[in-house]
Amino acid sequence: MDPTQTLATGSGYWSPLLWLLALVVGLAVALVIRSRGRKDFREGEGRAPFISGNKEPEQGGGHIPASNIYWGFLESMKSYYGRLVPVHTGVPTDYVAWLLGIMALMLIIGLAT
Amino acid sequence: MDTFVMRHLPALLIATPLFAAFLMPLVGTAGRTARNAWAFLGALLTAAIGLTLAWKVWTTGTVLYVFGAATPQQTLPPDAAFPIRIMFQVDAMSALMAVIASLSALGITIYSLSAESKQSGLETFYAMLFLLIAGVLGMVVTGDLFNFFIFLEISSLAGAALVAYRIDDGVAVEAGLKYALLSTVGALAVLTAIGMLFAQYNALNMATLASRLQFTALDKVALVLLAVPLAMKCGAVPMHFWTPDTYTTAPSSVTAFLVVSSQASLYGLFRILYTLYGDLLQFSWATFGWFLIVLGILSMFIGVTMAIPQKDVKRLMAYHAVSQTGYMLLGVGVGLAVLGNADALAKYGKTAMAGGLFHIINHAMYKGLLFLTAGAVFYRCGTRNLNKLGGLGHTMPWTMVFFMIGALAIAGVPPFNGFASKLLIYESVFRFSPFLSIIAMIVSILTLASFVKVFHSMFMGPPRAEFAAAREVPAPMFIGMAILALFVVVAGLAPQPFIEHMINPAVDALVDRAGYIAAILGGR
Repeated sequence: MDPTQTLATGSGYWSPLLWLLALVVGLAVALVIRSRGRKDFREGEGRAPFISGNKEPEQGGGHIPASNIYWGFLESMKSYYGRLVPVHTGVPTDYVAWLLGIMALMLIIGLAT
Repeated sequence: MDTFVMRHLPALLIATPLFAAFLMPLVGTAGRTARNAWAFLGALLTAAIGLTLAWKVWTTGTVLYVFGAATPQQTLPPDAAFPIRIMFQVDAMSALMAVIASLSALGITIYSLSAESKQSGLETFYAMLFLLIAGVLGMVVTGDLFNFFIFLEISSLAGAALVAYRIDDGVAVEAGLKYALLSTVGALAVLTAIGMLFAQYNALNMATLASRLQFTALDKVALVLLAVPLAMKCGAVPMHFWTPDTYTTAPSSVTAFLVVSSQASLYGLFRILYTLYGDLLQFSWATFGWFLIVLGILSMFIGVTMAIPQKDVKRLMAYHAVSQTGYMLLGVGVGLAVLGNADALAKYGKTAMAGGLFHIINHAMYKGLLFLTAGAVFYRCGTRNLNKLGGLGHTMPWTMVFFMIGALAIAGVPPFNGFASKLLIYESVFRFSPFLSIIAMIVSILTLASFVKVFHSMFMGPPRAEFAAAREVPAPMFIGMAILALFVVVAGLAPQPFIEHMINPAVDALVDRAGYIAAILGGR
């Protein structure tokens, strides 16, 4: 296999190797910036962060559970999920009903065309 | 090199996993080491045969294998209309699927050696796993519609047994029952359709049937009875409900192969639409093309949006499996919708199909990898609940790296393989309908968002006291994940050779209905 080959998409091309080269250049730039940072800094020696006046949580106490992630997204999509989730009843006969329903619909469409 | 093995590769592809399955209970009596060695050997030989057969197809063309006769046309008695016998017809499309199934089987079996080591009844477990592998491989190489049904049944029954294998877990039994019920109803419809076609045309061979079909009203009914259950088996929305239930409760190695099993059903769907009916759909190309496209769009969007709120990592991944199937349906659906328009087919239809087919192999690898990483986390932590997990990046760094590779690939981030196939789909589908392409891109963004959540919940944050004892998984599980991860990276860095040597021939094989018929009936 020739890794330098580009991916022809019919509308254009994409070269994974060139992309990788760009990634390496980006990483090199990041390393240069990092090397210009404070060298005397040691973990745990810094000042406590300001968290709206709250005490900094202990190590391990700052875990954010998965349910809290994208809370805003889920809240704004409540009406969508309110309709979609109840359809997933978990009842096997409902699953069969969906299969038969789609089959019936396609029979009508198939015979009509 | 016309050796005995080379001549009988198609038969050996099925015989090897069957042999491994049936002898497994006997070998298992010799002890744990003998059982594991037998399982490894069976999977390794199956993969080697699968790859060799595919290589033969790619270098010499379609491989025909007729059981009990020298040629497909030979009949007994000699004046019979057409022989009813088992025939395997392995073209480039079948070869692609055989490679996917046999390679996945190897990685998954190696992984199982450790992942299932603490469980009892492993002789039967591996026997069922090899039956599942044989069923899937049979589905993708057979040239006979009734045999396709038989192999579909073998894979469904073995799959249901494996899902419900741990009977101490009531949910697993329930999931197995759901899978078995839906598979049975679907298979019944498929069998009815095969009966309808046999009654009219006195043939079961796909090429023979394809040459005789008249597209009568009964043929249309048979088409629906074949296509809809296969769409259900591949987890297309709105018939996907069994997928999260089944994938969540099955052992991770089984789930990873159930994904491949679903893709074999997808192969069956494409084979029916393109090879069996093909040109006959000339008045309905758009209808059936849009049937696949609508299923694809619904699967993509509903799958990913249902994944985002999930708290069980495997349930979340199961919804993503539904979502990714949507990309395959979209790509191949666009190809079908423009099949009657030679100009559109050449300009973007074939590229869309190539994207869809490339996504099948890519999805099998990265989704298999993701399920295995979820299994690795469950193996060490005993929970799949994302609310409880956290900080595992400190103790399971390699599992985290494998997860990152799988997650970035499924989200379509370069340079992993998911990006290559999605790029083909985006660009070609855009020329068919920009709206559909935009939906596909939005779904990719949502997929990335979903996996960022999983990554954060499982691996980020300070180490958690309850998982202080967690450490990297044993070597066989590591190797199983590494095999799949390696493919994800290699196919992402060098996609063009895969496209040229595996995917484009598969696209041509699907489109070339006349060639498929001629391979059996002659005339070319």
